[in-house]
Amino acid sequence: MANPHKAKAERGLMRWVDDRFPATQLWRDHLSEYYAPRNFNFWYFFGSLALLVLVNQILTGVWLTMSFNPSAEGAFASVEYIMRDVEYGWLIRYMHSTGASAFFVVVYLHMFRGLLYGSYKAPRELVWIFGMAIYLALMAEAFMGYLLPWGQMSYWGAQVIISLFSAIPGIGPGLAEWIRGDYLISGITLNRFFALHVVALPIVILALVVLHIIALHEVGSNNPDGIEIKDRKDEAGKPLDGIPFHPYYTVKDIVGVAVFLFVFCVVIFYFPEGGGYFLETPNFEPANQLKTPDHIAPVWYFTPFYAILRAITFSVFGLDAKFLGVLFMGAAIGLLFVLPWLDRSPVRSMRYKGWISKVMLALFAVSFVTLGVLGVLPPTGTRTAIAQVCAVVYFAYFLLMPVYTRLEKTKPVPERVTG
Amino acid sequence: MKKQLIALLFLLVPTGVLAAGGEGVHLQHMSPDLADKPSLQRGMKLYVNYCMGCHSLEYQRFSRAAEDLGMPEDLVVDNLIFSPELGFNDQMHRAMSAADAETWFGQPPPDLTLEARLRGTDWIYSYLLGFYRDPERPTGVDNMVFPSVGMPNVLEPLQGVQERVCAAEEGDAEAHSGEEGSSCNLELVSPGQMTEEEFEEAVYDLTNFLAYVGEPSKLQAQALAPKVLIFLFIFGVIAYLLKREYWRDIH
Repeated sequence: MANPHKAKAERGLMRWVDDRFPATQLWRDHLSEYYAPRNFNFWYFFGSLALLVLVNQILTGVWLTMSFNPSAEGAFASVEYIMRDVEYGWLIRYMHSTGASAFFVVVYLHMFRGLLYGSYKAPRELVWIFGMAIYLALMAEAFMGYLLPWGQMSYWGAQVIISLFSAIPGIGPGLAEWIRGDYLISGITLNRFFALHVVALPIVILALVVLHIIALHEVGSNNPDGIEIKDRKDEAGKPLDGIPFHPYYTVKDIVGVAVFLFVFCVVIFYFPEGGGYFLETPNFEPANQLKTPDHIAPVWYFTPFYAILRAITFSVFGLDAKFLGVLFMGAAIGLLFVLPWLDRSPVRSMRYKGWISKVMLALFAVSFVTLGVLGVLPPTGTRTAIAQVCAVVYFAYFLLMPVYTRLEKTKPVPERVTG
Repeated sequence: MKKQLIALLFLLVPTGVLAAGGEGVHLQHMSPDLADKPSLQRGMKLYVNYCMGCHSLEYQRFSRAAEDLGMPEDLVVDNLIFSPELGFNDQMHRAMSAADAETWFGQPPPDLTLEARLRGTDWIYSYLLGFYRDPERPTGVDNMVFPSVGMPNVLEPLQGVQERVCAAEEGDAEAHSGEEGSSCNLELVSPGQMTEEEFEEAVYDLTNFLAYVGEPSKLQAQALAPKVLIFLFIFGVIAYLLKREYWRDIH
């Protein structure tokens, strides 16, 4: 049944379309009459930037697929073929490899914004959960993509991560074998990771992004003050502190896009290896089953969780340290999903929360970055001890949240958005 | 807001650089100069004459090198392609067969296309300068950077013979066994066709050529980068002015 109140163009081609497809209505609902709070700050650039990087990854990925050879015999050589013989292949490849790291940079900042201003709190729980699902799918996507160039670190990194599954008691070894499709990582693994990386996971990620945005536009955007702009409307029913997303935030986000692309291009053109963090040095050597690299480190965006895994050096209740490590690593990600129900504070934004919340968030951010650094480095006694302390802080941030958010004294929240 | 930006900057600063192998070995620094075409051409000549017998550049074509280094096709075909099986558009495959390589060296000499990206140019430069006489080794030489190396010093006719002279006493050297070589120096005992300076320049050229081969697209990237960045800067300024114009009516 067509909604008689649906916005339609007066006449012409657009009217013809609108009678058949709600183009004008969609445009209004999601852009020209989607009211966003007028006080978005620096932290609010990263959502649209994540979308930009997603488009970059899909487009460059499509073009890479045209020349990539997903076989153990040909993968490494085909990447060099792209780098040398394909017109602008080097640019497409570096846009894709740097884009992977850029994706995690903007996504981590986007998630931190959520923590800072309580964007996960009711009624935005599903926005947050869809976002976390995107993050999870993105990690799988990045992990599988990293195997494809078939370099030494591709191979051994995947070897280490997949072997984590074998730590699960009982089904572990069989599960790891099922994932690899072989007794060790081989061309079979490469082929299935290619299929998942270029077909299955991008579909999942795109679908989740649509859900994330639909859920967001249903409840409306949060803002640095963490107040509902929908609570105060003018006579026409428009939020007093809201402005149409288009043109105000589209033109603002374009400035963010320009700044982001400038930094992104500096990396692509001058530092495509990202100091050994975006493209790890051992990956300039083809995968060799008989030669383990001196030091295996996952790519930087996985290292906080890898450091938590390695920090578990003891066994409890007959569960061995490796399995416990995997459990803790899973819990570190899993806790983020239930965050909306851990925060019992009456206010959303960090601006009006008490000092305990502020200190805990700062400690959490510091320990997350520290874990990331430690995960890159080979473990030593001291480093493992620091990682253990950071892991405790990481979990304390979440597990103590129901207590400290309820106990602390919050500041009064203003009725209208500030600055 | 400013504090947040500064905090962000600190997050972006890499906290350490991954070591590119050769821990504990002192490497001599060299900075490649891809704009120095004569150096790259001399490097290619050295590579073809001294290295390519054993080490392929599987992903590097003669034609691409000719184009990038500014050498006419006939000059390359006449002077740099020795094998009758290789043509101008072919990759720079070695002369030796894989089976022979395995028999003669135990394992085939590695492909060197990406060596500069794998080990770094400092490593290659120091390695090529680091051979010294060691009668106990099957090849008669060892290397400061790569102990127990399997490769003979193929540049010896140019370089001459070096010997390792250690300043520290034996007991002391053992105590520092982890960083062997740090207290030792190489001395030229019998000169080759080149003087020490000429040889260092030759090794620089050769390393420079391998730096080029590791990433030929760097030349294109460096040519394209300023245009893209200037465009983005102007685009950013216009975007900002547009934003300011639109936002005039807010507040």
